[in-house]
Amino acid sequence: MNSQLSTNTYKETKGKANVKHMLSEYGILLALLGMVVVLTILSPNFLTSANMLNLFKQVSINAVLAIGMTFVILTKGIDLSVGSILAFSGIITASFVVGNDTNLFLGIIAGLGAGLLLGAVNGIIVAKWKVTPFIATLGMMAIARGLTYIYSEGQPISGLSDAFLIIGTGGFIGIPFAVWIVLITFAICSILLYRTKFGRYVYAVGGNENAARTSGLNVDRTLMSVYCISGLLAGLAGVLLTSRISSGLPQSGVSYELDAIAAVVIGGTSLMGGRGRLWGTLVGALIIGVLNNGLDLLAVSSYWQQVIKGAIIIIAVLVDRKRT
Amino acid sequence: MTVQPFLIEMKGISKFFNGIKAISNVNLNIRKGTVHALMGENGAGKSTTMKILSGIYKPTEGTILMEGKEVFPHTPKAALDYGIAMIHQELSPIFEMTVAENIFLGREPLYPKVHLVNYPKMYKDTKKMFENLDLSINPKKKMKELSVSEIQMVEIVKAVSYDSKVIIMDEPTSSLADKEVEQLFSIINRLKKDGKGIIYISHKMDEIFRIADDITVFRDGEYISTNLAKDLDQETLIKQMVGRELTDVFPERSPSIKEEMALSVEGISAPGYFENVSFQVKKGEILGLTGLMGAGRTEVAKAIFGMIPIESGSIKLKGEPIKIKEPKDAIKHGIAFVTEDRKEEGLVLPMSVKQNITLTSLKDVSSGPMMKRKNENEVADDMIKRLKIKTYHRNQLVETLSGGNQQKIVLAKWLLTNPQILILDEPTRGIDIGAKTEIYKLMDHLTQEGYSIIMISSEMPEVLGMSDRIIVLSEGKVMGTLSSIDATQEKILSLATANKMEV
Repeated sequence: MNSQLSTNTYKETKGKANVKHMLSEYGILLALLGMVVVLTILSPNFLTSANMLNLFKQVSINAVLAIGMTFVILTKGIDLSVGSILAFSGIITASFVVGNDTNLFLGIIAGLGAGLLLGAVNGIIVAKWKVTPFIATLGMMAIARGLTYIYSEGQPISGLSDAFLIIGTGGFIGIPFAVWIVLITFAICSILLYRTKFGRYVYAVGGNENAARTSGLNVDRTLMSVYCISGLLAGLAGVLLTSRISSGLPQSGVSYELDAIAAVVIGGTSLMGGRGRLWGTLVGALIIGVLNNGLDLLAVSSYWQQVIKGAIIIIAVLVDRKRT
Repeated sequence: MTVQPFLIEMKGISKFFNGIKAISNVNLNIRKGTVHALMGENGAGKSTTMKILSGIYKPTEGTILMEGKEVFPHTPKAALDYGIAMIHQELSPIFEMTVAENIFLGREPLYPKVHLVNYPKMYKDTKKMFENLDLSINPKKKMKELSVSEIQMVEIVKAVSYDSKVIIMDEPTSSLADKEVEQLFSIINRLKKDGKGIIYISHKMDEIFRIADDITVFRDGEYISTNLAKDLDQETLIKQMVGRELTDVFPERSPSIKEEMALSVEGISAPGYFENVSFQVKKGEILGLTGLMGAGRTEVAKAIFGMIPIESGSIKLKGEPIKIKEPKDAIKHGIAFVTEDRKEEGLVLPMSVKQNITLTSLKDVSSGPMMKRKNENEVADDMIKRLKIKTYHRNQLVETLSGGNQQKIVLAKWLLTNPQILILDEPTRGIDIGAKTEIYKLMDHLTQEGYSIIMISSEMPEVLGMSDRIIVLSEGKVMGTLSSIDATQEKILSLATANKMEV
């Protein structure tokens, strides 16, 4: 195409293009608002502060996982191990905070560290040993789950310190700590992704790994880092969940990776890498949460809920294909 | 010359892509039982014509007759049904499948009723085909176990097995050793005897004169001439292929060469790619690196840039030997590499103009880990202005820009690294004349500023129009160096086709 031509075309259609652009860019936000409106009309219990607090708490775990997942997917990767890492971190933290005279801080650090460690192993397998992310993290999914059962001997760990449980149940100025954690995580990750060199590397590696390498970027270190981030955030989600359900369950987090991937995809991040946005992931997680919550309130059977959720994911991708 | 009847007659064939002419008014007559060579420079229109004949492209204008009747090979399948088969230059067999499975792909013999694949018959038939052509390839071997020449032979057998009347071979010997070429030629002779028509595309003069009966020359998308091979000699043929004056797309090169040596490459070898390559580039000089496709030009550049490991030899920058293991090292030493394929290795398509421009120099627009947005925007806007990149905003995605502007963005990206040596691989491929001229002017300008340029190109006019000195490679070896005053297209072509000549 002649460049002169394309510049002119842009100017001529600027108004129209902008509306279209806005729609495609912020369409999921509209979808979320639409769902809220419909549910508010259909169910008087939906838009109540009690239900909203409950909804946000439910969403928080998936939101944290999905934020980490966004980094991985932006590099054209995938992390199937986040559900298992969540369980592993959860059980580690739980084992540190049994009873009331325990070191809370140490327990949380141990849980986060465990997630970071397993994430780093993912990173090494993908970046250094060049195993495709799907296989590498599928393996880690089984390994982390197995380690969780070994460490806990298959038993739940309960009787956790009261102070620890406050993370999952307490709040600050009326907003649950879980929500604060999501917001802070989102803020830090946004800065990381949009304001640092590293963030630019993530997009470049996912957009064209060859070009990134030829441009002298450290591709391996970038890949390594995104899996570390995903692991660390899976650890954080594990600590959060353990506190909320007031015990460490070795079987927790099964298939959580699927919800996290769904949130990222609904949010408009491409599985082909290099295209996507962090706020979209947050909206994607909210859409899934609102859907779960709303369908519960409307007493839709949980079997049908799964069918609807699956359909929404496919529709989101179809709509997104038009966007790009 | 009508001893044999015409098998194929292409009459007045034209093809336009988005209104841009690829070939116009091509006439081509293929006689039964002959080898018809197509000659011309890269981009002359040979491949487009053959893609029309084999059903990959639909002609915009013109008719195709086969044995006197009009045919419409508008899909590869239709062409095969008419008996027209093409063996592409880049072979793409399914490596994990057996030889026989590849040959019978899409038309596997079935057992009646149950419709399951009849493997014994498939292997037996394949074996018979090979025996007919005196080939000894095991039909049960997987394609990945075969040598390149064996794969080539399998493709030929496959083409013949469609009961083809016309077989198109695009540079069939580009990856064959001498002995294998002989084998190919004996097969071609056998096919001739069977009354097939062979269309043979090659750059290798000696081969053409050995094997071809007729020779048709293309130039700039136009049909030039058809002659009997025995009526032509090499010189006349090259003249017909080249035949044009350099137009004024090239700026007057202003003298800019300094005595100072910028880069010298001493006897570098990378087995399988090139051997014992040496050359020097002075400050402010444009060195043209040319040769046919597969001559090892790009590989030499990749080696200098740390993308292909060098086994022996050394690279010196201003007389100091340097070690380059990966692109990062090369960049640090002030070497920049604008790759041949913008989309594969040059640009990150889903990113913006700005983000692509600053990709190699992020450390200059950030403090610590944090990006300095304002700084980055300024740097990008400067480059957009300096290289006259046509974009409505620095945040426009590069995938929406034209080829010429994309190429400028790749250039901008590398200029920001403050290189001393700029390697440009096919710097104007796929961009229109206007943008070409702008890039040439820019190159001239850069040498004035003291940059040294190594330009790899297979476009003769470009090589002759821009280079101060020209190095011709053939099969991984330096065949000769020509100064811009001595160089002619004829001289370059004879060097590139591996014919030694006295200078």
